[in-house]
Amino acid sequence: MNNSRIASTLLAAALGLAGCGDKSAPKPAAKSDAPAAAAAPAAAGIEIKIGHVGPLTGQIAHLGKDNENGARLAIEQANEAKIKIDGKDAKFTLVAEDDQADPKVGTTVAQKLVDAKVAGVVGHLNSGTSIPASPIYNQAGIPVISGSATNPKLTEQGFKTQFRVVGRDDQQGPAIANYLASNTKPKLVAVIDDATAYGEGLANEVEKSLKAAGVKVLPREKGTDKTTDWKAILTKLRGRNPDAVFYGGMDATGGPLLKQGKELGIKAVFSFGDGACTDEMNKLAGAAADGLLCSQAGIPPLASDKKFLDAYKKKYGVDPIIYSPFTYDSANLLIEAMKKANSADPAKYLPELQKISYTGATGPISFDEKGDRKDAEITIFTMKGGKLDPIAIIKGGKTIPYQEFVKK
Amino acid sequence: MDTFLQQLVNGLTTGSVYAVVALGYTMVYGIIQLINFAHGEVVMIGAMVAFTVINLLAGGGMPPLMVVLIGTACAIPVCMIVGYAMERLAYRPLRRAPRLAPLITAIGVSIILQHLAMLVWSRNVLAFPQILRTQTYALGGASISNVQVAIITTCVAMMAGLALLVYRTRLGTAMRATAQNPQVAGLMGIDINRVIAFTFLIGAALGAVAGVLYGTYYGVAQYTMGSILGLKAFSAAVLGGIGNIPGAMLGGVLLGIVEALGAGYIGDFTDLCAYDSLRGALGERCADGGHFILAGSNYQDVFAFLVLILVLVFRPSGLLGERVGDRA
Repeated sequence: MNNSRIASTLLAAALGLAGCGDKSAPKPAAKSDAPAAAAAPAAAGIEIKIGHVGPLTGQIAHLGKDNENGARLAIEQANEAKIKIDGKDAKFTLVAEDDQADPKVGTTVAQKLVDAKVAGVVGHLNSGTSIPASPIYNQAGIPVISGSATNPKLTEQGFKTQFRVVGRDDQQGPAIANYLASNTKPKLVAVIDDATAYGEGLANEVEKSLKAAGVKVLPREKGTDKTTDWKAILTKLRGRNPDAVFYGGMDATGGPLLKQGKELGIKAVFSFGDGACTDEMNKLAGAAADGLLCSQAGIPPLASDKKFLDAYKKKYGVDPIIYSPFTYDSANLLIEAMKKANSADPAKYLPELQKISYTGATGPISFDEKGDRKDAEITIFTMKGGKLDPIAIIKGGKTIPYQEFVKK
Repeated sequence: MDTFLQQLVNGLTTGSVYAVVALGYTMVYGIIQLINFAHGEVVMIGAMVAFTVINLLAGGGMPPLMVVLIGTACAIPVCMIVGYAMERLAYRPLRRAPRLAPLITAIGVSIILQHLAMLVWSRNVLAFPQILRTQTYALGGASISNVQVAIITTCVAMMAGLALLVYRTRLGTAMRATAQNPQVAGLMGIDINRVIAFTFLIGAALGAVAGVLYGTYYGVAQYTMGSILGLKAFSAAVLGGIGNIPGAMLGGVLLGIVEALGAGYIGDFTDLCAYDSLRGALGERCADGGHFILAGSNYQDVFAFLVLILVLVFRPSGLLGERVGDRA
């Protein structure tokens, strides 16, 4: 065998492997509540299936499970309450699917839920999966409420069936950017994103608001949603000496970024969006996480309704991570609209959902014409002694100190 | 200048990890002309085992360094067992088969190990407990942390140890003899199977340490971490000349530095607004300190493979390798 033959074999093998490396493994059988569904309808009852979609495997499986827990709790409580719809006993079941946070899987799973004739869907967790899945639900006329997808595009597509109960990136972006601009008073900010729909979208919003506030922004740096080595980017940034760094991305990549930034001796204030605003940050970045500023769309889980918190803790033995109060509300909104319309037929209860006015675990909820929550709150946190500490709530453009907000 | 120096330090750190992993590829290739694509997974298993042990002991009040050392001490034998089993069960039965068969088997072993790890350690990104206090020292404008110093010294020490083993001991002589000609080495009374098994054991032990270093450096471990790390180390081995031990060391360090400098500067070089002749043409986009960057730092991972392609096209035997051609 001559040199070039070896070369081409090696190259082919390497490229082949590179292709395999990135792909996520075949997914395990999705958890579903099929047995419960089969056992359901008694003579006078109707069975109402509600779908939930989030990543139950992969980098952010913990967040996906938290979301699912929220929706599941709502469904179980609804079953205990023995709701009657159209004079019949309603039996709600949760069809939980795993989209692996992968847009391709997201659409497959959406189609699966449509085929399973679910009455409504809670999810998806990620913007990147929610957006491609939304036309599928829309075509089938099935209402979808996301408790965590924050990319503005989701509700800008003109789909009547798409709702969300959290704030949008174009609310969250300005909120964290303005908080940063008015409290840290940086002159120069570096913005990094992970090149996903969520990370890039949020980073764009932050950059726009910072520039509007007269803050200089360095050219965008990008990683991927799998990057663990940020040193090259951070070293480059250190040379430019920014006063603050914003990263749009998730905690699994944000943690190493924060840790490496501090190791390189970058003095800037680090600020992250909601994807990296989790307690996990403390584990991932250790002591380097202290002083982190970050925002979450919505109110902190622990500021949600006490009854919900107790029920969640009792059932799952842990506290909610971020968005389970919102998926809990999402599921309840679907159920509430069905009750009002006295029907589980999407065509009949959708109008009720559009004009609903409901007080859930996260406060009063009603939707605007796009399906976005009116007056959605954004919370600013800081990491202090290994714990996320809420410092301010931003609502309708006003910054309210957290303590004051809780008192109300 | 500070930035450049810092990028060099960063590159040197990742590069020395690549070098140690590349040794595992190159040693096996040198002896049985097999690209052991499962080697990246051995590194991953090393990181995972260390993660489990460190996690168990982290709260126990032992000195942090001790905990990490115990973690490493547990990872090494586990990886050695995996390395040995792999050779015994997957590669030895195929030793006389056409060369493509063991290569494809290696890919298969890699997939199996990855998914076994997924079953044991889940798909989640595992956060290494941050027990080592990071201290940074100034080094002429660059900062270097104690972890980085530890990584570089450990890697250099392991490479030196390996060189001693290969060039100064009886086992090393046997390894080199087997690499030159297995049949003749066998006739000289060398137990070839034993030598090959030892090669796998040594490579796996080095891989285990590399895995622990990598895990503690970045603070995260995941079941997929071995594939990209393995491919980069493989590229490093090819860059240095696969089958050549000093070549793997050189290739690893070079690749780390190329990557760090590449990711650090590609954005500046592809910023069209930085070039006077183009700035006019782009007009508004460059106005007011604007930028128009063609390829940013997210192309970091591309450099390793760019190097691989360039080497294979222009110098398939690598920087230090000469014998590859007549070997195969």
